[in-house]
Amino acid sequence: MTNEELNPIHYPAQRAAKVVLHYLNSRCGSPYKLFELQTVYRVNAEDVADSGRKYRMEISVKEMFGNTVEKCSAEVLFPRGEQQGSPKVQTSCEELLKINTKSQEEALYQQYKTRHSLLSAQNLPDSYGHIEPDMTPFWCLGALASSFVMLAESTEETLYNMAQVTNITQLATEDDRLKFDYHILLHDVVSQEIIPWNLLITWSPPEGVKVLQMKQLPPHQKLL
Amino acid sequence: MLNFVGLSLVVLISAVGVATIERVEYDYYKYHPMPEITNWMDQIQRDYPDVVSIINYGQTYEKRNINLLKIGLNTGAKKKAIWMDCGIHAREWIAPAFCQYFVRQILQAYKTDPKMEEMMKNLDFYVTPVLNIDGYIYTWKDNSTRLWRKNRSPGPGNCTCYGTDLNRNFDANWGTVGISFNCCSIIYCGSKPTSELEAQAVTDFVGSRKDDFLCFLTIHSYGQLLLVPYGHPNFTASNYNELMEVGLAAAEAIKKVHGMNYTVGTSPDVLYPNSGSSRDWARMQGIPLTYTFELRDKGQYGFELPEEQIQPACEEAYSGALHIITYAHDKTFNGAVATAAATLWTVVLAVGVTSTTLM
Repeated sequence: MTNEELNPIHYPAQRAAKVVLHYLNSRCGSPYKLFELQTVYRVNAEDVADSGRKYRMEISVKEMFGNTVEKCSAEVLFPRGEQQGSPKVQTSCEELLKINTKSQEEALYQQYKTRHSLLSAQNLPDSYGHIEPDMTPFWCLGALASSFVMLAESTEETLYNMAQVTNITQLATEDDRLKFDYHILLHDVVSQEIIPWNLLITWSPPEGVKVLQMKQLPPHQKLL
Repeated sequence: MLNFVGLSLVVLISAVGVATIERVEYDYYKYHPMPEITNWMDQIQRDYPDVVSIINYGQTYEKRNINLLKIGLNTGAKKKAIWMDCGIHAREWIAPAFCQYFVRQILQAYKTDPKMEEMMKNLDFYVTPVLNIDGYIYTWKDNSTRLWRKNRSPGPGNCTCYGTDLNRNFDANWGTVGISFNCCSIIYCGSKPTSELEAQAVTDFVGSRKDDFLCFLTIHSYGQLLLVPYGHPNFTASNYNELMEVGLAAAEAIKKVHGMNYTVGTSPDVLYPNSGSSRDWARMQGIPLTYTFELRDKGQYGFELPEEQIQPACEEAYSGALHIITYAHDKTFNGAVATAAATLWTVVLAVGVTSTTLM
């Protein structure tokens, strides 16, 4: 019932807005299209009886590779109390979704479908923040896959970013898709923790990213 | 005679030539491991012996020397001071990179920029390029250690985990919010306030000179934020308005450089509540202008900021830091000048009036 206008630069608004980006990246990203939060303009939060807390917002979103920026409206519902589960998101960002990366995606797909050896890569970015240009689409794919996890795990008490892709192993498939086993590290800004996850994903230009399995891993021994 | 002079000149040029060839320029736009940073500090002191001295003010758990660069013109008098530390959190590599850049900038600027020369006369800059040396070295060990945050002291009792979060260990509302008493937690605040040698070093050095310090800047990443005290939601700094005004102006200065937005506010407002931070401790000592800088980026690469971004990140942060430092300086020194000028005018006018009356 309580309905309040939030300060857009304060953390409750920022955390809710980040969730919108996880949603956009998981649904609409590609190895050549990744979205980031630009600005939060307005946020209104309201308790919804028996559901949770709903944030309605005006934000701007930037596509990272092409630098296109679009202003969108979005809604995030965080479940509370009896309700469990991931936040529910709706957005109105249409222009960004129209960014066409199909030809690049096709070229990448063909290259890796016809190669004799399966891709194996580690540490994207490396300790110096470096990613080899031909590995950037796979880092990006990792970011998209991570968005599924970050969306699922987000609450009003978290703020997730993907810290690093630690390992990619391409797996053979019988069908049209490319298949990858990803090890990624998430960083939660609020707890400051580094959380490793394992993701089994498929990707193809027509279907985009599909997450077959996702599993949280125990923390790395060397980080304890 | 001329031939003799000519020969000496040739010999002199050759000597200079050889010296120039042997010296390798330090690359401020790459990340450097600890031994290179230590060598760089020694080199800076050798290059600018009149204005730079190295002070050892503590030891880490693994018994490494914690050193700072004291930079300022030697006037023989007791001087006001600026504090800057980098690398309290090991994985935030852009922070030590910024401290090194900052030192280079002020040393280059004071020779040509009258304002910087004035500040060098009136102030001493105390810059610690890496505070959490053990942690920083650990992040260079291999790929799996890169994201270490805490120091490297062992956990208490039966705890098999390592490290205390140094920025939760200071004696400022210690152990209240935004911390964990679980020694395996990444925000473990230690067994008691200032239990850690690295925090103790800062506390001892700054604490014994607290009235000298105008400004305490502690450099972190990431998030693009300028944080003002306090981290505890129930406490407001007495000069909150001033801190915000100066911080917002610093953020404007930052934005002018490369267009990046830095958000200004207290931790509980713009990030999360926390306690035991060095910034809060410094403010509680009475140091008026205390800020935490969270440098680039906003999560795209996070702690592993690409080396291509070191230069722009440092340039914008320098602009912000310089604004705060200049404000602190002018408030203390130009204020006195303005008062003296006003006094002078008052005397002149009084004399004028008296003269007129007399005439």
